[in-house]
Amino acid sequence: MKDDTDIGGGDGRFPPTQRSAVLAVRSADPVVRRRAYDTLIRSYWKPAYKYVRLKWGASDDEAKDLTQGFLTRAIEKGVFDQYDASRAAFRTYLRSCLDGYVFNERKAGGRLKRGGDRVVLSLDFVGAEDEYRRGEPVDPRDPEAYFHREWVRSVFAEAVEALRTALEGSGRAVHFALFERYDLAGGKVESKLTYETLAREFALPVTQVTNYLAAARREFRGIVLEQLRAVTGNDTEFRDEARALLGTPV
Amino acid sequence: MRWLSDETVDHLRRVADWPDLSATKYRVIQPIADGGMGTVYLARDGELDREVAIKVLKDAVFDVRATERMRREARIVARLEHPGVVPLHDLGLLPDGRTYYVMKLVRGRRLDEHAGDLRTINDRLRVFGRLCDAVAFAHAHGVIHRDVKPQNVMIGEFGEVLLLDWGVAKVLENGQAGESPNRIEAVELGDETAGPTDAIGTEGIDVGSMNDAGRTVTLLTANGTVVGTPAFMAPEQARGQLDRVDRRCDVFALGAVLYWLLTGRTPLDRDAFQRMARGQGFEIAAPRRLNREVTRPLSAICMKALAVDAGDRYADAGALGADLTRYMNGMPVEAYRAGVLERTWRLVVRHRIAVLLIVTYLAVRTLLIFFGRR
Repeated sequence: MKDDTDIGGGDGRFPPTQRSAVLAVRSADPVVRRRAYDTLIRSYWKPAYKYVRLKWGASDDEAKDLTQGFLTRAIEKGVFDQYDASRAAFRTYLRSCLDGYVFNERKAGGRLKRGGDRVVLSLDFVGAEDEYRRGEPVDPRDPEAYFHREWVRSVFAEAVEALRTALEGSGRAVHFALFERYDLAGGKVESKLTYETLAREFALPVTQVTNYLAAARREFRGIVLEQLRAVTGNDTEFRDEARALLGTPV
Repeated sequence: MRWLSDETVDHLRRVADWPDLSATKYRVIQPIADGGMGTVYLARDGELDREVAIKVLKDAVFDVRATERMRREARIVARLEHPGVVPLHDLGLLPDGRTYYVMKLVRGRRLDEHAGDLRTINDRLRVFGRLCDAVAFAHAHGVIHRDVKPQNVMIGEFGEVLLLDWGVAKVLENGQAGESPNRIEAVELGDETAGPTDAIGTEGIDVGSMNDAGRTVTLLTANGTVVGTPAFMAPEQARGQLDRVDRRCDVFALGAVLYWLLTGRTPLDRDAFQRMARGQGFEIAAPRRLNREVTRPLSAICMKALAVDAGDRYADAGALGADLTRYMNGMPVEAYRAGVLERTWRLVVRHRIAVLLIVTYLAVRTLLIFFGRR
């Protein structure tokens, strides 16, 4: 899998069992802290970048600097350490901090500090900008909904990559191929593509297609929930976020 | 990392939440309804080759209380074998820990969507009578529904009337009807949990609009939390007086449904509901004042069901249904004491053939006497 960030070193894989990274950022162990920040930044940097582009009308260069600056500051100043799970969802807290940061930076005339001994995050801003431009039209009056939407997209995209790694790594490449063919094509082909067609295409019985897809979806769901566990502060927030993320639209 | 389109994200949300029934004989086709506690899917039973409905716990993660609520609902529905209650086929656990149950697929429309097709008051009363039958059966088996409303009533393709969504139902302590007082089990999981509905204060409800009127919510009252639908909620339920909630709270809800069927509006507006929830006085305009086609006895039946004091209501849905049947048969009703003229007129109408024969006989005799003398 090709990661679009290399923060946290070469080990870009999502850990198989996550405890809450939101809590782990307070750990006395710098390795644990670093991994926790790695997890949080991995989930949020892209929604944050796009959000700054949309809400604050920042150019791509400015949004890149602001996102980079915000996350660097968060690591250096321990901004996430101060999060109180009983008061709001972590993503709400993060968005508020981001708004405050951008506001202050703009007020200070955009004198962003760079270089020196500051942490430098290697993030694929070119890819994020490409996604921002190709994304479907959004309502600029509702940046919060946009942030949430992008966060969901980010969580799912990461989960898809983790699923690919898990399935292919365990000799179940066909599972992922079916999942990719049927579920990652979205609703466009859903109405036309049938399990029978897939069965012929992959030379499998229909029941096997059903079972493989069910297994892949089950694993995908498990990965998503693991990710949520990592970026939430307590059970209540975890449940609320899971409901918001996986609530079935009818 | 791959970019996912909005369409793909929506699809993934759906399939990630879809129940994994690969180890069973059921195959999910699509979601068809979304409630507070669970999502209902259309599915196919591969062995019997028929479509069924599967309700799956909505919570994305294992939740002991929500699970217990759902299992309790399944057990309640299973014990109510009645044409007005959807039959339950199966109960199980998904690999991810979510509870599901399988029930008969009912094709039809909800009463709130169907009511416009019921042209006459009598058509509406016939549907309402069957709803009373279903609730009366539950009452006779010691169960109160606690969320009776048009949105929870399904009218099937062949006119069958089914009461759905027993998610907030309760089993009365001593089971059978006729026992007094009809107290609720002391320990329950239902009320103490906010549950999967929206938790709001009584101030925030707009019961005047059908949007909020039909929504099941968790009310934060001075006495605790209560689950139900404000526009159809009895005063004692709205105030969170759980020890006073019994069969008569369903009677109030049935009265509210009848009111809605007769007038097209719910009995309480926003102000009245808030006054009711605070324990203050409020007034409900009699249905006859809003619709002159509603007769006095029928209006009285509705108002008796909607009495503020539970003691003034019908004891249970069976009593309400019986009074409605009497009304539909032209008999005197318990809720309304008619004057002499009205009672005489009703007697004449009820026995109109006999009366007509007598009048004809008397008229012929009079004519014979009159012409005989000439």
